[in-house]
Amino acid sequence: MQPASAVHDYFAVFGLPRKLAIDTSALERSFYKLSRKLHPDLYARASAGEQQWSLDQTSLLNDAYRTLRNPVSRTEYLLKLEGKPVASEEQAPQGDKPKDSRAPADMLEEVFELNMQLEEMRMNRKMGEDDPSLRGDLEKARTQFEGQLADLDEELKTHWQQWDAAVDAGATERTEQVKDKMFALLDRRRYIRNLVRDVNDALGA
Amino acid sequence: MAQQEERIVGIDLGTTNSLVAYMQGDQPVVIPGEDGSPLVPSVVAIPEKRQSIVGNPAHKYLVQSPERVVYSAKRLMGRGVEDVQGELKLFPFHIAPDLAPGEVIRLQIGDEQFTPPEISALVLRQLKRNAERYFGAPLTKAVITVPAYFNDAQRQATKDAGRMAGLEVLRLVNEPTAAALAYGLDRNKEGIVAVYDLGGGTFDISILKLHEGIFEVIATNGDTHLGGDDIDNLLIAVALDDIQGETGVDLRYNGAAVQAVRKAVIDAKIALSSAETARISLDLPGVEPYHREITREQFNQLIQPILARTVEPCLTAMKDAGIRPEQMDELVLVGGSTRIPAVWDLTSQVFGLAARGKKPHRDLNPDEVVALGAAVQAKILEGGSKAIEDMLLLDVTPLSLGIEALGGVVAKIIQRNSTIPASATEHFTTGVDGQTNVAIHVLQGERELAKDCRSLARFDLKGIPPMSAGLPRIEVKFLIDANGILQVKAREQRSGQEAQIEVKPTYGLTDEQVESMILESFDHAEDDFRERQLIEARNEAENLIAHVEKAPTHPAWQQLTEDERNQIIALADKLRVVIPGDDRAAIRTATEALDKATGRFAELMMDAAVSTALRGKTMESAGENLGDGPEAPHPFAPAEINEK
Repeated sequence: MQPASAVHDYFAVFGLPRKLAIDTSALERSFYKLSRKLHPDLYARASAGEQQWSLDQTSLLNDAYRTLRNPVSRTEYLLKLEGKPVASEEQAPQGDKPKDSRAPADMLEEVFELNMQLEEMRMNRKMGEDDPSLRGDLEKARTQFEGQLADLDEELKTHWQQWDAAVDAGATERTEQVKDKMFALLDRRRYIRNLVRDVNDALGA
Repeated sequence: MAQQEERIVGIDLGTTNSLVAYMQGDQPVVIPGEDGSPLVPSVVAIPEKRQSIVGNPAHKYLVQSPERVVYSAKRLMGRGVEDVQGELKLFPFHIAPDLAPGEVIRLQIGDEQFTPPEISALVLRQLKRNAERYFGAPLTKAVITVPAYFNDAQRQATKDAGRMAGLEVLRLVNEPTAAALAYGLDRNKEGIVAVYDLGGGTFDISILKLHEGIFEVIATNGDTHLGGDDIDNLLIAVALDDIQGETGVDLRYNGAAVQAVRKAVIDAKIALSSAETARISLDLPGVEPYHREITREQFNQLIQPILARTVEPCLTAMKDAGIRPEQMDELVLVGGSTRIPAVWDLTSQVFGLAARGKKPHRDLNPDEVVALGAAVQAKILEGGSKAIEDMLLLDVTPLSLGIEALGGVVAKIIQRNSTIPASATEHFTTGVDGQTNVAIHVLQGERELAKDCRSLARFDLKGIPPMSAGLPRIEVKFLIDANGILQVKAREQRSGQEAQIEVKPTYGLTDEQVESMILESFDHAEDDFRERQLIEARNEAENLIAHVEKAPTHPAWQQLTEDERNQIIALADKLRVVIPGDDRAAIRTATEALDKATGRFAELMMDAAVSTALRGKTMESAGENLGDGPEAPHPFAPAEINEK
């Protein structure tokens, strides 16, 4: 299944340029203001044509707001608009987990060990046993991954600054570089997020 | 003529009780029935073929002929028989013997069969009549509330019930959200509010952000099979066991006795909300009298497992909203079952209220607040009220929408708690050369596998032009509307052909079925029916006259020839003469003649309206057209976003 094609530009919905450092409280104000003009509740007595118009406009507005207010989906969306789509964190069927071969090179060893521990934990759970030291190890690993996610989110913000600056300067080459960096970062982020989920599943959390 | 626009009422179609309310000036008020009470028990007795009795008068049939009485039909709405096996045993009515799995439930009453929406339609029609009696005018439009956690099929079933009852359902509003509207109406509240709604059959938790009149739901969760009914069923089971232990008599299969026990335990449950002890007393013919004292503590212990089931949804909703309990500014309790003191303790704990010196709000009548909120929403749709002109409800979809992908896994396309209307566009192609249709299975739910989610419908995309495998590109747009109901549109992009969609709703009725179930012909005082038809004919005529009177102010009027204009004026005069009379046929004939004469005018007006609307057709063009002139729709004022 392919992702939806970008018929509408969500940034344009809010009159924004394709830049990433967005003030979300201003975005919210804008969202409320537009909702007050477009929402189907305001067209309940209008003609069928106008009602359809309101429905289409409002769903586009809501889709745009939902996508842009979240830092990760906003970046994913921009990359898609810019012709460098990254698999979405939200959309993929959960059964379709990334292959181990896709583990970032610097994490291979860590992931290999983690998978062994996860397997052991699952076996334990199946047998109704609990190994406190294994549980402790996995909890520690989870904390560590969560820390890495937080670091990535910070790093993402510096990429945003670079992207916005490059767009302002019209520096095509630099935007390409930033795109690559953001693409790699989101890829890594998704991978780690899946690891956290696997750990949670195994811990029964 | 300043003809008043027809009123829109708000209806709470509850598991146990139903109410209708409207805005009287700036205040929502409930409309009483003939017996003076606004609560219409959602109980329908069908004592004889094609005869129905709704509400309190239906109660007496529960003891007399329990198999001809239906209650709690809401729990059966939009469900398959396999979903409700367990509780069907507890109901006095029977399901149709020839029911297949995956079919809409049909109840067998005598030699007639009824679907749950038809039973609900009978309740709605009673409310409609109560309102018509109160207003002295026909009523055809309503807002109806549904549990926030209702899925697509349950929502559709509710809308179908409205249509069968002769009501155009302008909006389905989520019950906790409606309660928040009623609650926030004259309080100018700001901040984060949770609404905990434990009713007769359903439980919802919604978390809202209130800001300058905007009621934005940020997360919702719940259980459409959890409520006072479960408490009653548990108490009935306990009492029946106890009676058997004491007297050796098993009353389980004695329908009338079970109903007597049901009434006795419900009375005790209600008493325990204010008293520390209550008595369950039964005096049945042929059975030793049974008396049992029950303390509130015993009661609390018994129902603890049921109340505990509300905790998980509360925690999930808070997590989804990204809100910690200590950030919750207010907690509003709604639904009859929140009269139980144990609920106050539980919620205080879950939302950490006591520690912050707060208490849950219970100041609005928990039975009425949802209907009052529905009336507020009805007024919002009606427009033109100063008191609520700033109020706007932004609700969410409670369940994720997904499509079945290879291997039976679900690909989520719209996440739960997305603000509605929400949409997703997906592309599909063929797997075999010359393939002309593609099947899509749409599901709702949070689980990974299709078999664990609720099947909404199977869409068959037909009429794809024959091409090599993988070449067709079918774009399918899934849109959840403001009622939380799914709409689907499909187009083959390479040929530009609009693909036909055949929808097979999993637990729904087809349009034709709904049409055939419209209640008009059901039970009926003929005179009553004639009177209604006359009122309806007059109303339609007056509406048309009102439009014609406004016509000369519209630019399209000048586009008509003088003959056309004169004809319209003459026919309108003719119609005015017959309206006060009792001849329905004459009113109809005159109305039709005038309607026909104004046909071209209506077309001209529509053309003008459509061309105006089209100018703002897409976001982009709307943006470009800004400042096109005062008559251009202004979908987008330039956004005020200050980037840091």
